[in-house]
Amino acid sequence: MTPSVRGGMRFLRAIVFGFLVLAGLTLAGGRGLAADFRADSFSLKNGLQVVVIVDHRAPVVTQMLWYKVGSADEPPGKSGVAHVLEHLMFKGTVTVPAGEFSRIVARNGGRDNAFTSQDVTAYFQNVAVGRLELVMRLEADRMVNLQLTPAVFAPELQVVTEERRMRTENQPAARLGEQMNAVQYLVHPYRIPPVGWMSELGALQLDDALAVYHRFYAPNNAILVIAGDVTTEQVRGLAETYFGPIPARDMPARTRAAEPPQTAARRVVLRDRAVRQPRWVRTYLAPSSVAGEKQHALALTVLADVLGGGTTSRLYKGLVVEQKIAAAAGAFYDPERLDLTTFGVYAVPVPGPAGGEEKALAAVEAAVEAEIDKMRVEGPGEAELKRAKFNLVAAATYARDSLGGMAQMYGSALAIGETIDDIVDWPARIDAVTAADVKAAAGAVLQARRSVTGEILPPRGQDK
Amino acid sequence: MKRPGAGPLASPWPRVVALLVLVLGVLVPRLALAIDIQEVVTPGGIVVWLVEEHTVPIIAVDVVFRGGAALDPEGQEGLANMVSGLLDEGAGPYDSQTFQTRLDERAIHMGFSAGRDRLGASLATLSDQADEAFRLFGLALREARFDADAVARIRRQILAALARRAEDPNAIAGRAWFKSVYPDHPYGRPTSGSAETVAKLTVGDLRRFVSDRIAKDNMVIAVVGDIDAERLGTLLDRALEGLPDQAQPVAVPKAVAAAGGALTVIRRVLPQSVIIFGHDGLRRDDPDWYASLVLNYILGGGGFSSRLVAEVREKRGLAYSVSTGFSPFTEGGLFIGSAGTRNDRVAETVAVIKAEIARLRDGGVSDRELADAKTYLTGSYPLSFSSSGAIAGQLVGIQFAQLGLNYVSRRNSYIEAVSKQQIARVAQRLLHPERLRWVIVGDPKGLDEGAKAD
Repeated sequence: MTPSVRGGMRFLRAIVFGFLVLAGLTLAGGRGLAADFRADSFSLKNGLQVVVIVDHRAPVVTQMLWYKVGSADEPPGKSGVAHVLEHLMFKGTVTVPAGEFSRIVARNGGRDNAFTSQDVTAYFQNVAVGRLELVMRLEADRMVNLQLTPAVFAPELQVVTEERRMRTENQPAARLGEQMNAVQYLVHPYRIPPVGWMSELGALQLDDALAVYHRFYAPNNAILVIAGDVTTEQVRGLAETYFGPIPARDMPARTRAAEPPQTAARRVVLRDRAVRQPRWVRTYLAPSSVAGEKQHALALTVLADVLGGGTTSRLYKGLVVEQKIAAAAGAFYDPERLDLTTFGVYAVPVPGPAGGEEKALAAVEAAVEAEIDKMRVEGPGEAELKRAKFNLVAAATYARDSLGGMAQMYGSALAIGETIDDIVDWPARIDAVTAADVKAAAGAVLQARRSVTGEILPPRGQDK
Repeated sequence: MKRPGAGPLASPWPRVVALLVLVLGVLVPRLALAIDIQEVVTPGGIVVWLVEEHTVPIIAVDVVFRGGAALDPEGQEGLANMVSGLLDEGAGPYDSQTFQTRLDERAIHMGFSAGRDRLGASLATLSDQADEAFRLFGLALREARFDADAVARIRRQILAALARRAEDPNAIAGRAWFKSVYPDHPYGRPTSGSAETVAKLTVGDLRRFVSDRIAKDNMVIAVVGDIDAERLGTLLDRALEGLPDQAQPVAVPKAVAAAGGALTVIRRVLPQSVIIFGHDGLRRDDPDWYASLVLNYILGGGGFSSRLVAEVREKRGLAYSVSTGFSPFTEGGLFIGSAGTRNDRVAETVAVIKAEIARLRDGGVSDRELADAKTYLTGSYPLSFSSSGAIAGQLVGIQFAQLGLNYVSRRNSYIEAVSKQQIARVAQRLLHPERLRWVIVGDPKGLDEGAKAD
């Protein structure tokens, strides 16, 4: 994914980020490739899908291994366990002692890390191309040979609780995002934060993590993406050597509770003594590129750009430039989720006198709603539509500049069931989106009854 | 996610030396870091480092002007930062919306930033939009308008960002720490100023900053991507024609961090305390710079491999993140570290960090640690050149620090040359556990504050 935050957004970004981080949201994003590029792909007999992105510009390589398991696949009451397992994957195998994985990578001039979302868990290393064999051997090893003791589990669980305190509990905007998700999804597990609820996180046991490992970590539930100064044949040989011998497992379907239709607008208000800058955000339950009314997904991507993709967007122009009631305003949409996603809009009111915060939020809310209503009725104009599409298609070209970005783009799309054709054809399909498509998508998704509105405010007078 | 990114490291600045050589290729054979840096002198006399890379049809430009927020006059803190927010908000014949629309229609990305010692400008464009991209970039640098409505809007955005920062414990701690370590030096002031100073900045102040700083003798440029030297020369000369030849001299006093240990606790109702610590460091041109890189990697700069991560995170589970770094400035340098832990374990975390710094100062490093640090620091260097924008950023940093065109090929030999004896000496010189200045934001328990509080 390539966030398409455009020029002049520096200050806004600083403000906006508080909303996006940990709410698990991304800015309106472009992805896809110029038509002259296509990754290679093949599968091993054990079901491991391998994707090769050849790029000979520099003698480096990125390896990413994506497992199709995320926090939305956790058993009830065990929130955070997929992410805890991700941490534990660095804690040793039969042959590699605890903590050595990253030390070996570093000793070989490499950098490594991992992340867990609601749908996927991914591990990656960036190394000189001569070290690809080493990191592939290590990554294959921990797919099957993880060996953990209670002695490494206890402190690592503490580390994860500190991660939660740092990213979520210390940050009012992150706490609001977490509450909004829990309200947007009544039943579907996207309601659960990937890092886990503190009450459940603290009670996790080593066996809970191992259960996820034994159920989901297998070659037939993974995608290996190699991007860099390699050839497909070279990758095929290495993958067969190191991943080939790992047997497939029976892989039960990912069953997740279906979210019932939302029939009423919902609202979450977070008041905190720390708050100096009130903020307003609204999300609408929306189709993703593979779930729900997915025919709207591309048009929603364009809509996010027209409505709130930069300093020439409707929301910025209307609220920030013309009405001067907001310091920042924009929209975001992440189509790359296995189940229903959200489309979001936000506004940060201009600083005003203490006590006027509620009025300020009400004013930006009314102004955002007016822009949305206008879009639902009229759709986008030709010039802004053309501009949005040009930028999104250009994002595909810019994306080719980063090895890690390319690996990320292929992995995240394929992990939710999209195909390489979907990625390659993306710019052409974006270019084919019409004003009528955008209007129809806005009409279908931007309905009050599908929304959750969030507000961040300082305490009321008597609560201080 | 498993760990946060590395700590902030600023780069210092060079004087631009005009060279007569037109094109000088440098290849880096040892690591096969295959970037071919050309030093191009345009017909108009502008010196620019170019890496041609025609695989992807994009161009990245990075420019750095010497002198930044440290030059903001007393009472005008936040000036450089506000200028950086306004250069692309209307220039030449175009008002803000017209300028932004012209960028947007062509997917041109332009950005400006202010650091303590520098003003940065960057441009990314599709190569078939380069003519207009360079033209608009030049307009922003030469003829920014500072129209009243744009100034008012950006001022509101900065005030909103300042308000937001006032609720972020990391930002609160960072501001307090810089003030603690540089109480009387401009480096100790927040680069984005305060609500009071930002409210007072005038268009005259903004214009003065531009005319003082944005000049030909005051900049370094790197360009990477789908463009050759000839076309670059034409576009750059056209863009920068009329830019003043000379900037005002940069006059920032020598910066020496406050001596003596200190502990400042800023009480906030938070479940986790944010801890920042450090003391004086060294400049980028210090002979011990490379030894400090190795030393810091072993102490707290090496992701998962550092002693602090092993002791604070892995063994004790005290923090998700703990790291240290040496931050050089043009006129000084700092040693800065940070961690975050729950309130009832702050005292323990502080004690462990202090003990580890003392252990390294007194006991030096093992052969294995030194070897591992070197293979990481040398082996990972090519990873810093993995996109056009990253390469351009590296190259302006090298020019800013006056390290020379072939620095990329020499850099790893400096790391290799660091010896165990040098590390032992440099640890004694640079690490002072008893002189650490600590700032803690949160509700820490069990700290002996009385003795050392400011």
